[in-house]
This record gives sequence, C-alpha cells and structure tokens, in this order.
Amino acid sequence: MFRVDFNKLRFLICDDNPHMRRILRTLLHSFGAREVYESEDGATALEMYSHYVPDIVIADWAMPIFDGLELTQMIRQPDSKGNPYAHIIMLTAHSEKRRVTMARDAGVTEFLAKPISAKGLYQRIMSVVAHPRPFIKTRNYFGPDRRRNTTVAYIGPERRNGGEAEVLQQPSLLDKARVGS
Amino acid sequence: MAKDTKDKSTAPRIETFADHAVITPHNTLKHAIRSTGSGRGASDGDDPVARAESALAGLSGEFKSWMHAECDRLAAAHAAVRAKGFTTLTRGELFRAAHDIKGDAPTFGFPAAGVAADSLCRLIEHAPDLDAVPAGLIQLHIDAVQAIVREHNTIETAGVADELCARLRAVADDYLAEANKDRPEHLDALAVPSIAPTN
Repeated sequence: MFRVDFNKLRFLICDDNPHMRRILRTLLHSFGAREVYESEDGATALEMYSHYVPDIVIADWAMPIFDGLELTQMIRQPDSKGNPYAHIIMLTAHSEKRRVTMARDAGVTEFLAKPISAKGLYQRIMSVVAHPRPFIKTRNYFGPDRRRNTTVAYIGPERRNGGEAEVLQQPSLLDKARVGS
Repeated sequence: MAKDTKDKSTAPRIETFADHAVITPHNTLKHAIRSTGSGRGASDGDDPVARAESALAGLSGEFKSWMHAECDRLAAAHAAVRAKGFTTLTRGELFRAAHDIKGDAPTFGFPAAGVAADSLCRLIEHAPDLDAVPAGLIQLHIDAVQAIVREHNTIETAGVADELCARLRAVADDYLAEANKDRPEHLDALAVPSIAPTN
C-alpha cells in the first residue's frame, strides 16, 4: 500500500470558469496539496507553467485566447527550454470519443470527463504519480506513451519500428473516461 | 520559487530506435510516494477522497448562486449574438458558456440544465451555418436552461425538466440531421454516445 503526499506536489489549474477553479482548489487542498496555482486562460497558464514549473497541470479544454489542447501542445515541445514532461490532466465537459483521441494525441497524460468527482480526480492524480509512463518522440508525436497493451499482432499504420519498449498495462484513456471515477 | 530542471543528474534516459525514441524522464514525483506498509490492514486510516467529498459538500450552499451566475453568463452571451450576429468572439463565448453549464450543472445539482446545455453545444458545434439555425431554436435552449434553474424545485422533481430536455434534444437533432445530410463526418460524431460518467 502506498500514499501520495500531496503537500510535496505542485499543481497548476487552468480553467476560465471561477466556480470550477474554486472546486478544484477545494478538492486539491482537501487531498493535502499546498501549492496550487491558478490561471483563467491558456496564455496565462503558459506563463505560470514556465515560472512555477508545476508537477501536474489540470487544464480545461474550452478556454479563451488559446485552449487546453493548444496549451498541451505548447508544453509538449521536446526542444523547449522549459519542462515538456509535466503530467497534464485534461478536465473537460467534452465527452465524445474523438475528443479523448485528440487530447491523447496532443500529449495529455490523463483525461477526466465532467462532471467532476473527488474520486475521479484523486485516481487520475494517483495514476500519474504512481505509474509515470515513458515519453515517445516520433516524427509527428511527442508525449506520454500512448500504448496501453502489449499485443504483438498490431499491424496498424503507426506501428513503431526498430525495437520494443516496455509497455505499461493500463486501461486506455477512453476506457477510463467511460468509467469516470 | 521555480525549480531547477536542468540538473544533469536529472536528465532523461533516451533510447533511440529506427523511427522513434523512448524517453524516460527523471521521476520528479517519486519523493511524494510513501509506503503505508503491506498486507491486510495496511492503511493509515486516512481517506483523502472522503475528506474532499466532505469539503465539496461544504461548498454546496453556494452552488445555487453559482448556477444562476452561469445562467446570466449564458444569457449575456446570447444577447451578444443577437446584437452582433455570430462572430468568432460571440460564437466562442456562447459555446463556452453552454459548455461550462454542461460540465458544471450536474455538480451543482442541476443535471437537467446540463442536458439542455449539451444540446445547445451540439447545435453550435455541428450546425454548418449558425446564421441559418432558426433563432427560435437557440432561444428555446436558453429559455430551457433558465427555466430549469429558476423553477428547479418544482419542475425538476416533477420530471418536467427531463421531458423538456428530451424534446429539445429531439428537435435539435432533427435539425442537425437534416443540415448535415451531406456531411457524414458530423452525422457520425452526432451519433456517437457520450463517454461522460453517469454518476
């Protein structure tokens, strides 16, 4: 058994809705977090990301200026001076399968569909802290390993060549999103 | 205070293959994990989820006023559309206002308002030409959200809200099916069920 000491983690919340920010802050503080920073749009979030170097970013998708998906893409720049490896949890009211796929391909670590629950948020945080995934860099992708199973029968168009990396057995983001909490 | 991420001892491990690289970043979160022992009864008795749910319940006294504020925002966004037409800005604000209600209303105790807002989001996202959407259809969605919130205690409990939302969604879907008859990718997207949890 293990626990996560939330007081050793630094969070950045990015959501344009003040009510949702208040809820997230309340939940994170209840989990034990002390360092919780907030931004109300993607541009401010990117500045705060560079300044505070959070361990975990919790981002809404639909936001003004630039959205959570664009924020993720800006963070996931492999050659940037900042940290491209932070864990990103996309918390959104988007609830379509294609959105989960888009978020995954932008480089989010976890996807949590609203309505929010304490259990769902806690489990996503536990997942990123306890089971960090390696990053994959290809010609057109940089982000957490998207593979969730070890099947050798896969012959799809994005099959990797030249070696096999260890694959962590986990449910897909879509399966997790369906279950919610 | 910003952390130093450029320490050489924390450099990521990189394995390069033919067409990809596997990068294992230094695990900066390992220090936050602590063991509570093993075997049966290996628990420190702490329940952070229960603590958070209790804190959320403590906020619930504000949910009604928050929901009214969300409704006001939706009405203001719609007023801007009526005054200026659909521009990138007015469309974006109307969509975000509806989208926030879709996501937040169930948490605030107004699940039916979230359903009506979801139907409005689908209209905004999938209508090929928003200026061609009957103004009354959008107005009906705004009115429905406001009525559900305003008359929460009477219509939600009586099941009226669910029936209202179902009819609204049916009318909106009929419109979208007709408007997108030559856009199969939108018809496919509209037909896919939501993956949102039903708690």
